[in-house]
Amino acid sequence: MTGAAALAPATWKRPPLIADARLRWALCLGAAAYLVIGIGSLEVNWARLADGFERGGRFVLAFLQPDFTTRWDDIRRGFVESLTMTVTSTAIGVLLSIPVAIGAASNLAPRWIYSLCRGFVAVSRTLNEIIVAILLVAMFGFGPFAGFLTLTFATIGFMAKLLAEDIEEIAPDQLDALRATGAGFLQQLDFGVLSQVMPRLIGLSMYRLDINFRESAVIGIVGAGGVGDTLNTAMDRYEYDSAAAVILIIIAIVFAAEYSSGWLRKRIQ
Amino acid sequence: MLSLEGLQKRYPTGDLALRGVSLAVGAGEVLGLIGPSGAGKSTLIRCVNRLVEPSAGVIRLEGRDLAPLSGSGLRQARRQIGMIFQEFALVERLTVMENLLSGRLGYTGFWTSWFRRFDSADVARAFELLGRVGLTGMENKRADALSGGQRQRVGIARALMQDPRLLLVDEPTASLDPKTSRQVMRLIIDLCAERGLAAIVNIHDVVLATEFLPRIVGLRAGQVVYDGPAAGVDHDVLTRIYGDEDWTAITQRMDRQRGAGPADDAELEVQAA
Repeated sequence: MTGAAALAPATWKRPPLIADARLRWALCLGAAAYLVIGIGSLEVNWARLADGFERGGRFVLAFLQPDFTTRWDDIRRGFVESLTMTVTSTAIGVLLSIPVAIGAASNLAPRWIYSLCRGFVAVSRTLNEIIVAILLVAMFGFGPFAGFLTLTFATIGFMAKLLAEDIEEIAPDQLDALRATGAGFLQQLDFGVLSQVMPRLIGLSMYRLDINFRESAVIGIVGAGGVGDTLNTAMDRYEYDSAAAVILIIIAIVFAAEYSSGWLRKRIQ
Repeated sequence: MLSLEGLQKRYPTGDLALRGVSLAVGAGEVLGLIGPSGAGKSTLIRCVNRLVEPSAGVIRLEGRDLAPLSGSGLRQARRQIGMIFQEFALVERLTVMENLLSGRLGYTGFWTSWFRRFDSADVARAFELLGRVGLTGMENKRADALSGGQRQRVGIARALMQDPRLLLVDEPTASLDPKTSRQVMRLIIDLCAERGLAAIVNIHDVVLATEFLPRIVGLRAGQVVYDGPAAGVDHDVLTRIYGDEDWTAITQRMDRQRGAGPADDAELEVQAA
């Protein structure tokens, strides 16, 4: 009886991720303790919080009656600047990201170009847009040009990384087949790579257009022009109704971009 | 027309895939390359068009050594060597016509191919080949809309678009059902005969190989262990190539086949000679 059970046990438990039971429990208890101590260390200023709630309430009320008219000229100028910045930086960023992406794909680029391009991508993605904007505003002065450069820089890093990963996943046989016909390197890229990553390229570009528009509203706050500038000014003047108008328009544009890019991506699949 | 002398390939991992393979293929000769997985069959044919860099040895195509070539010299040599793949290796998002015309890339400038304004003679040739492989009217379909057999036909037509002297065929039937496999094999053999092409066909299916291919080369662990007529492949030869196994079922099928179709075999041998 016991012999048969030993040969074929009837119970089975999935082996735990961490084999050592003591280490497993120590990690769980440690995490719980850290959480308790962490919450205990927060200093909450309840008076300030109440104040903030009141201010937040005023802000929410302003949303119910946004004022599009009083500052319309400023708002319009801000949006035109932001949209210009968005479109130009996306277009140029995407164009520049293609060679970087090819350089950052390990199945196409030689080792040293690969390291160089991956390095550039890493730098571009490490630096947050706001930090880059502060730097570029200091270099090129206030205004949308600094914003344009910031967004272009960020676009290259973003697109090159995702596109390079896509390029690395393409079927190697198809490149071999093109190589076997005697096709040159650029022809291999055209027929073998571009054709395979095109839907992803268009989808990512649309997504980046969307991101760049939202970022253009943020980097305006540090002086890089655009609608962020308008929003910042409105907040500084406590004109919450104008600020609400700006935010509502941003939401509308982001929605429109979201739906149109979804539609476009479906079309090109 | 093709001769390999002492071809060796050592992969960076240290594996010696080819240990000095020497092989001569005559003009218009079609040979089957058989052997167990990992014997170096794929490596061997990929060394011929230098998709894999051989570590040592000579690859002579119509008198010219391909091993030292690079850049445009290599591209010109590759134009003369068509390749057919197991998984078809079509660019799936492109149309059938674009896949066919990609066989002309070695002859076409970059901007011409970028705008897809291929030479009208190339386009005419593509339509003609499309008809020859039985895909008339399919030119605007996307490659991923085709069935396996149809895709392999496009793969064959693409290789022929190059106007090659030699075909390298890597497991052409391994992804196809038995009936389609036979049709595709027959098509390849017929086209080689029509155009006087030499071909090296990697193939797993020994019965299919000995039926269609007059000359068989057996590869084991990177070395040629059999090189002779298909009729000479028997129990001993199979054991030499693949190792010990009960081969009776396969040898019986090969014997039956030889009994059933001597005329076909004789015809193929005449073409090979």
